[in-house]
Amino acid sequence: MSHDHSPKTAGSHDGHGDHDVSKHIRTYLLIGGFLLIGTAITVWAATIDFGSHNLNIGIGLLIATVKASLVALFFMHLISEKTAIYMFLGATVFFVTGLMVLTLFSFSDLPKDSEFLRLNPPAPAAQTEASH
Amino acid sequence: MDIPYTTTPREDTGLYNAKVGIWLFLASEVMLFGALFSSYILLRVGADWWPAPRSILNIPIGTFNTAVLIISSVTVVLAWASLKMNQLSKFKLYQGITILCALIFVGVKSVEYTEKWKHYEIWLNDGSNYSGHIDVNGKHNPFFYTHNKLVSEGVTEITFTKDPHKYGDPLPEKAAGGGEAHAAEAHAHESMVIKTEDIKRLSAFVPAHSTYFAIYFTMTGLHALHVIGGALVMFYLWITAGSWFRSRPEQFTNRIEVSGLFWHFVDLVWIFLFPILYLM
Amino acid sequence: MAATTTAKTHEAHEAHHHEHHDPGFWRSYVFSSDHKVIGIQYGITSLAFLFFGFILIALMRWQLAYPGKAIPFVGGLLEAVLGEVAAGGVMSGNLYNSFGAMHGTIMVFLAIVPLAFAAFGNYVVPLQIGAPDMCFPRINMASYQCFFLGGVVMFASFFVPGGAAQAGWTSYSPLATTIPTDGQTYWLIGMVLLITSSLLGAVNFIATIIQLRAPGMTWMRLPWFVWTQFVTAFILLLAFPPLEAAGLMQLVDKVLGTSFFLPTGLMTAGGAALADVSGGGSPLLWQHLFWFLGHPEVYVLILPAMGIVAEVIANNTRKPIWGYRSLVYSVLAVGFISFIVWAHHMYLTGMGTKISTFFQTTTMIISIPSVIILTCLFISLWGGSIRFNTPMLFALSFLPMFGIGGLTGLPLGFNFSDLLLHDTYYVIAHFHYVVAPGTIFALFAGVYFWYPKITGRKMNETLGQIHFWLSLICMNLVFYPMFKQGVSGMNRRMADGGATYLGVDDVGSGELVGTPQAMIDLNVNISHAAWALGLAQLPFIFNFFWSMFAGRRVENDNPWQATTLEWQTPTPPPHGNFDKEPVVYRGPYEYSVPGAKADFIPQNQPDPA
Repeated sequence: MSHDHSPKTAGSHDGHGDHDVSKHIRTYLLIGGFLLIGTAITVWAATIDFGSHNLNIGIGLLIATVKASLVALFFMHLISEKTAIYMFLGATVFFVTGLMVLTLFSFSDLPKDSEFLRLNPPAPAAQTEASH
Repeated sequence: MDIPYTTTPREDTGLYNAKVGIWLFLASEVMLFGALFSSYILLRVGADWWPAPRSILNIPIGTFNTAVLIISSVTVVLAWASLKMNQLSKFKLYQGITILCALIFVGVKSVEYTEKWKHYEIWLNDGSNYSGHIDVNGKHNPFFYTHNKLVSEGVTEITFTKDPHKYGDPLPEKAAGGGEAHAAEAHAHESMVIKTEDIKRLSAFVPAHSTYFAIYFTMTGLHALHVIGGALVMFYLWITAGSWFRSRPEQFTNRIEVSGLFWHFVDLVWIFLFPILYLM
Repeated sequence: MAATTTAKTHEAHEAHHHEHHDPGFWRSYVFSSDHKVIGIQYGITSLAFLFFGFILIALMRWQLAYPGKAIPFVGGLLEAVLGEVAAGGVMSGNLYNSFGAMHGTIMVFLAIVPLAFAAFGNYVVPLQIGAPDMCFPRINMASYQCFFLGGVVMFASFFVPGGAAQAGWTSYSPLATTIPTDGQTYWLIGMVLLITSSLLGAVNFIATIIQLRAPGMTWMRLPWFVWTQFVTAFILLLAFPPLEAAGLMQLVDKVLGTSFFLPTGLMTAGGAALADVSGGGSPLLWQHLFWFLGHPEVYVLILPAMGIVAEVIANNTRKPIWGYRSLVYSVLAVGFISFIVWAHHMYLTGMGTKISTFFQTTTMIISIPSVIILTCLFISLWGGSIRFNTPMLFALSFLPMFGIGGLTGLPLGFNFSDLLLHDTYYVIAHFHYVVAPGTIFALFAGVYFWYPKITGRKMNETLGQIHFWLSLICMNLVFYPMFKQGVSGMNRRMADGGATYLGVDDVGSGELVGTPQAMIDLNVNISHAAWALGLAQLPFIFNFFWSMFAGRRVENDNPWQATTLEWQTPTPPPHGNFDKEPVVYRGPYEYSVPGAKADFIPQNQPDPA
């Protein structure tokens, strides 16, 4: 999104000409293979007890993230994309993270056992009221 | 004046119009699925009941469908590469495989769905609670019954065939492979007759069953709609490929690239859906 | 660039070929893909909805001023059309709730956003950046069709059993899910269509602004209006999808009986038994997803309005906008921060102190760029030779009106003061000052300002001034007293005008507890002012149609002596907009440049040297 007008070779979509595409096919097949292996690993890792269920979830998500990154970087060519696309995808990632993190944070910050209530226990009459 | 950069990239951005458009659209899709993933987390954290890991969906089928989508993602990028190398017949082959994969995926998914809609959980007034299959008035494995529906149809009793292992409960040690497969083991299936008045709640494994199934059907359903939409577009491009590619090769290649980007995104969403819904 | 244009493959030309030849009535005016026609379609439809939304509130104001009395003139008609809910011509509580919910929904999603963003954006943005059309004309057409369909669904919901949605424009669950009317389902379907329409529009706007700027139209030469539309489009693109997801989930809740937003232990409407749902969902989840859109939506309402005001002010002060770069960076900052302030609408839900503090802080931070924008626009007036025509009057009054609306928002952004003011008339007064005398005045300014470009005729100046002064006075008579009502604690959702909370003498202390009678009496004054405000729009409506045929013809293509590119086209601009591709040589606001012959230099005028 810069406003310089530096001429670039028109007609090349991804910075590589038609000649290079044949070389990429190997990469695509390789990535496809990795993804299939990754799927197998995900299924296998789910059967292993890593000690805590949360750790299992973390490992499963990690594998999924790696797989998703491979798809995004190589199949969707994000490894060599234009600045404009990086800019608005960056904003998107920021906002979607904000949505997830802030929403979760606000749920974990509900005042269940507030300091105030602990220091000022309600009168018995009010307690029945509050328990509704 | 005509609209510029429909095919050739603009100098300063290096992009042609449709590519900017599809990436913007995908950005909004990221927010759409991001909101659903957030909801998944919150519903799970606050849930009264959530199925134990690997106990609920058919993992071999899910793995198979994941592989199908991954293969289609490879063929869709190979289809584009074939066009770049001016090999129309190879393109047609790869694009055809992609569409076939999409059909397989949706077909398998619909089988998975209907299995769930015929499979029931029952809560009785005495506090007991089973999963299994039902027979109502001689109908074997009917769809979508609830307690209210039994009452309104005047059904007084149903036959309930209990699963040997209650669906969604933690798997016993060493029993890998998913609850469904486990349920299919050759244990004796215990049948019992239950009076309608004894039932507290009856629900098939439909969205209304629980928040897990609500988010499962909503996310996979929305994803399946994306698969169908993408397949329709790719089918249209497949049948118009010949004349289009011969007259306007660069524009057609761009279209394939753009539809391919959408397809990869659909694959990418499934890569997350599979572990969080099937495995965890 | 010229080389690219000629080197461009001929297929694009072919694709448009048949459009140059007599497209016929349907293709020209109804199923047109020309951005100008689509802009006008959006404009007319949203003005109609603006009027409709006003009628709803005008009827509600009768119920507030004279609770339980039959509505004069139209009471019988309402009973005939809507039946039981308007029995005897009296507005029932249910009907009041329906009208309230639909007033909000229609004004926000069917009137202001489409008018500010889609109508002005579609018509003006491609012209201002020197583009022949939007990037994706057919998607643009689909966007309008989705919008229209969404409007039809919303309108139809008034006539389904149970009437239109009753759970407020925010549609909070579990109320929205358990309320026994199909109107709520229509509302959700309508919303999904409107959101889809906005998304298609947003993709188109951003792609157009990135890709189709004329040669020489660098980012820092964009008219500021284009910047505001650019940021607005991003907000719509990224904030709307979570609401679409939430809308789908609420639709599934409503239709398939799921419990996304229904908690465990939910009772049925009468409170007699447990509701027949699985439970386990979270009502707060809906609020988060709703306000994740809902707050950025406020900036969707206000940013294009600010953009219009900036254009009108620059043109009518005959001097450059003060602090162009500050304005650009401020609007980017507003857009960015608007995504992380949403939960200040939810202080009363029992949020913890940490998260409250976070949202309080971001809310205060976002007021900084907003104030920078307003300050730049104020300073722009300094030393200008101001032309007080109708568009300028509306733009000028926007500044203090938005100022009042913005500043009264600060007490709502603070947790402590919000707990008192939440859901009172204070909130109504606050956001109506932002949107009604704020945004709507800016939109009027835009209508008067760009009308000559669209029709080739100016609107009548005398009628315009009458419209302006009456509107300004009535707006303030309507909304100013609401601050008083709100501060005295009057709840905003009472169909009886607040009589439920009428003050009584507390036996123990001898003090008044509740709303004083004097505050409730203000309802009568407010209602009279609101109806007068409706009458004040008659000169505008008449002027709008009459001037199309009998207004004074413009003497040339640039009747306001403006610098931006939309005034350098034929009037009205033909399909394709420009006779030849314009080339831009200068910034957008080169007015009164020392040494220049005229007091304005169009952006496409080369340097004399």
